[in-house]
Amino acid sequence: MSFDAYVCENGHVTYPGHTLCPECGEKQIETIDLSERTGEVVTWTHSTKTPPGVRAPNTLAIVEFDLSAEDVSDEYVRAIGQVTTDEVETGDPVEPVYAEELRDPDVGIKVPESQEWDGYRFEPV
Amino acid sequence: MTVAVIGASMTKFGQRDAWIRELISQAGEAALEDAGITPDDVEHLYVSNMASGEFEGQGGIMNALAHDLGVMPAYSERVDQTSSSGGAGIYEAWQSVASGASDMTLLVGGEKMTHRSTPEATDIIASITHPVEYKHGLTLPSFAGMTARHYLERFDAPRESLAKVAVKNHANGVDNPHAQFQKEIDVETALESPMVADPLRLYDFCPITDGSAGMVFTTEEKAQEITDDYAVISGISGATDTHVVHERDDPTVMGGVVQSSDDAYEMAGIGPDDVDVAELHDMFTILEFLQMEGCGFAEPGEAWKQMDEGRTERDGELPINTSGGLKSKGHPLGASGVAQGYEIYKQLVGEAGPRQVDADTALACNVGGFGNCVITTVMEAR
Repeated sequence: MSFDAYVCENGHVTYPGHTLCPECGEKQIETIDLSERTGEVVTWTHSTKTPPGVRAPNTLAIVEFDLSAEDVSDEYVRAIGQVTTDEVETGDPVEPVYAEELRDPDVGIKVPESQEWDGYRFEPV
Repeated sequence: MTVAVIGASMTKFGQRDAWIRELISQAGEAALEDAGITPDDVEHLYVSNMASGEFEGQGGIMNALAHDLGVMPAYSERVDQTSSSGGAGIYEAWQSVASGASDMTLLVGGEKMTHRSTPEATDIIASITHPVEYKHGLTLPSFAGMTARHYLERFDAPRESLAKVAVKNHANGVDNPHAQFQKEIDVETALESPMVADPLRLYDFCPITDGSAGMVFTTEEKAQEITDDYAVISGISGATDTHVVHERDDPTVMGGVVQSSDDAYEMAGIGPDDVDVAELHDMFTILEFLQMEGCGFAEPGEAWKQMDEGRTERDGELPINTSGGLKSKGHPLGASGVAQGYEIYKQLVGEAGPRQVDADTALACNVGGFGNCVITTVMEAR
């Protein structure tokens, strides 16, 4: 399992990937695995009124991964996801932790087979 | 060709016994009556609605409405742009007349939601998110919570400023007989209400609502034959921002708001300072700030200061959400943008009753998703 950001021919990076790069329209040709990296919390919330099959409270964060040392055009890429604990603050360093099932696929409106349900939560370091 | 609005309607927003067909029929019939036209006059019919299939299991509602109002053989179409379906309907209706395809267009927006539980309704709305968001349980309120935290921390804005948006819009809603809540609240009540998406609480969010609204569009030439009281669409534009919310460089900027309002101002030949009254999409209190800044009413990071100064109160320099906004009026998804159009039309023709302000130029900004799609409309009195 990997946590892939996508890189286009011009070095623009997105998470998740897109058919064509939103910045320049070129194809995305490479990936950068974020699963072993440390990111920083940009902002977060405790979501308490959650939909069917979602834990409550559901602590969520937008996390920024520094790419300044990479051979790409963007300085950073951001991702979003659940936090492993309810204790988190803006600016906290976090690491991705794999989870097999982030919510119960069988009780929401989406057809379970239409998408993946595993992924990475963020754990404060 | 200049497009005029000659009538508008709004049904009671709230928890209604009526299902979607009846809701849109009521608004459609009332809009025809307000415009003083008959079903035979209608050449195009647009129905703004996000999810009648998901909420109620009823599809094809444009055809249902065409038959129930007897506007056949008029062209009919359902317009879905999530929360901005109503604004998108205004854009489609404007296009139909401006292009010459239709001389008389009826737009009706409606949504039936309250028969669903809050978790179910939240999930239907969250289905618009990207799979990488949906699998983590992201909801529209949770985007609002994260954005509000970022805004407050970055611009050093007091938490009370968001509560003041709710207080203002509830105060305005008291004078709107169609509003779901005709009840004043105070800052303390808002700040002590249950937490929904930290730092946002219950009173930072619009309710779940049933309701409908309608508008009638024609050419200015034809409008002059029918009535003395009409308004014109002097500027209108729509724009799209990223589907994945965290991919935006600046979480406090809604690119669709900036682009669509820039375009609408340019088309109307005006700027933000010329706007006398505005309806903004306050689905969450923080969105009123983001749209004030995106539409150019305030500098980035400074909209909250105008709350303290009272500039956006009904008797202020730029009244915002005289209708009570989505906050007190309610947010029946597909109806909301049309109800914004109803409010600014009524303000411009002097039929807003106790909510009336002095206005010749009005703006409505209708936001879909979390800023994913936006329609800005500028309307002017004649």
